[in-house]
Amino acid sequence: MTDLALRPSQPAAAPQPKPRYTVADRAPRRLSDFLLRWETILVILLAAVIIGNTLLSPYFLDLYNLADTTYNFSEKAIIALGMALLILVREIDLSIAAIMALAALAIGSLAAHGVAPPLLILAGLGVGLLCGAVNGLLVTRTGVPSIVITIGTMSLFRGIAQVTLGDQALTTYPDSYLALGQSYFITMPPTPLSFLIFLVLAIVFGVVLHGTAIGRQLFAIGANPVAARFAGIRVDRLRFALFTLSGLLAGLAAVLLTARIGVVRPNIALGWELDVVTMVVLGGVAISGGVGTILGVVLAVFVLGLATFGLSLMNVPGIVINVLLGLLLILSIAAPIVIRRFFGRF
Amino acid sequence: MNDNSYTADRRRLLKVLAAGSAAAALPLGFGTPAFAANKRIALVVKNLGNTYFDACRDGANEAAKQLGGMEIIYTAPTKPTAEDQIAVLDSLIAQKVDGLIIAADDANALVPVGKKAMQRGIKVISFDSAVATGGRLMHLSASSTPMIGAKQVQMIAKTLKGEGEVAILSAASTMTNQNSWIAAMKEEWKKPEYAKMPLVATVYGDDQDDKSYREMQALVKAHPNLKGVISPTTIGIRAGAKAIMDGGLIGKVYITGLGLPSEMKDAVEKGACDSFAIWNPVDYGYAATMIMADILGGASAKPGTSVKMGRLGETKIGDDGEAVMGEPFTFDKSNVEKFAKIF
Repeated sequence: MTDLALRPSQPAAAPQPKPRYTVADRAPRRLSDFLLRWETILVILLAAVIIGNTLLSPYFLDLYNLADTTYNFSEKAIIALGMALLILVREIDLSIAAIMALAALAIGSLAAHGVAPPLLILAGLGVGLLCGAVNGLLVTRTGVPSIVITIGTMSLFRGIAQVTLGDQALTTYPDSYLALGQSYFITMPPTPLSFLIFLVLAIVFGVVLHGTAIGRQLFAIGANPVAARFAGIRVDRLRFALFTLSGLLAGLAAVLLTARIGVVRPNIALGWELDVVTMVVLGGVAISGGVGTILGVVLAVFVLGLATFGLSLMNVPGIVINVLLGLLLILSIAAPIVIRRFFGRF
Repeated sequence: MNDNSYTADRRRLLKVLAAGSAAAALPLGFGTPAFAANKRIALVVKNLGNTYFDACRDGANEAAKQLGGMEIIYTAPTKPTAEDQIAVLDSLIAQKVDGLIIAADDANALVPVGKKAMQRGIKVISFDSAVATGGRLMHLSASSTPMIGAKQVQMIAKTLKGEGEVAILSAASTMTNQNSWIAAMKEEWKKPEYAKMPLVATVYGDDQDDKSYREMQALVKAHPNLKGVISPTTIGIRAGAKAIMDGGLIGKVYITGLGLPSEMKDAVEKGACDSFAIWNPVDYGYAATMIMADILGGASAKPGTSVKMGRLGETKIGDDGEAVMGEPFTFDKSNVEKFAKIF
């Protein structure tokens, strides 16, 4: 809606009958619009995090330290890109961490039988894709809200991994596979493979969401799924595709995480779904759908990743870091509602 | 129109957020050390809020105080998973700490990060739960399997004065550590001084309170002359002690084994248990820190060499890169109350 601006027309010099309104191609842009954009605020927040951490810790602004810390959030960030699209269309996938466990189980079991790395990667991606398709089918065919379906499949997928593995761990992997996660893909500047994949995918997702018809269709679904369906958008087909994509990204994250830590246990990636949702929501994607940008999500990934790293450099306990990040998240979700209640409509 | 109000709300929200993040930045200063210590050693345990590890930290602090010029950073991941512990270790490596003492959430997953730390000149050892070989210089075990097995047989022999039928109440028949301890007990049992103290049964409570409790009741019924029970598991020993107290068997049957003072205090005071053992976590943290100080001082920690553990003496590192702190610590009426407050 914001793209259309209805303005009273200027008095026309020509003698033609005056139109009551002119419809501008895009909304007029003022400096304040730019300054108060969510992404601008995230940039300021990111700058504050970087400057604050640099002042507080001599170890923060070190190329290798920063490269190493990207390992710890890149896998989550990759999944967050898919989650952003899901939340944008009013859906959610809480089973991504469980999908990772199942995909990692497939990778670990095959590796234990001496399967070559390319096939391990394919197996991880394939299992993720299948799990995502299961989610997509259940959501589009049953009409049950995706939060319910994916809580169910979360238990299902992780349950399978737990039953299969018990308290065992899968620990044998080919060296060339482990190198994917344990060495820099580019040596200068030091860039881990997972971080590079995240950057490339972020650009692809940004272009698709903000520059193609499919992207506009996703926004339309998020704004009003019923109206979107009446406008001829194949809502269920897109929903199915997004869940499948989310599963595929979880499979990719499992490939990278397994290579990084070199061990698969049933508790792998436990609780990641909430970390990922935090990234997306802080990135400004509205839970109510229809609003959000990939740039916002990318900025939120950096804000969360670097804030966490900076706090842990000062040995703030992880539980306290979680409290601070939790507060940030609550603030970003609850503040609009609270403000609406206390100040009325603006 | 909903969209418009949403946008407007968001602008408001942004201002609130900006203020909030400024406030959130305030507590940042608290984590920085008040003084620059010469050596910084990180004690990375499995999870925070665990009294057992808190007791280990107290021991580490005791060692640091005794040595001087040493700062202990006590930390742990929020979730006891390998990924989270790796993130914690990464931030410690980034700070260029001098030493890492790790209780591993996952032996194998920490090898790459341990290697990275050692490449950057950080000394790495593990305690409690080992990091696999290659990811650390050495591992300090609280006790060895033969010591743990022998200790429990010695305790029940002391209680029963070497006479009477004894049974074992274990966890699950599939648990490797339980089975190796039982094998070590049987080894000790071969000695002539235990000739009048036969082992009559071994039963399994699967580390569940209710099943262990029923197994204990069944043992007493099946063996009317039963005098003692050894339970090498903290759950088995507390459930067994409860069965003795509930069944009015105090004075007739005694239980011993590996237990936690906080859970066994009642049983010891009522007489269901004469003595039990487990390693002392304060000593454990102390010993690990002393070994780290020794390594920072130049000890090689190679297999076959010895490292110093302060007031606990020295320990020799075996071929597998593992060393043993000592035999399990015995708890009885004289000290259980004091340690029940610790763990």
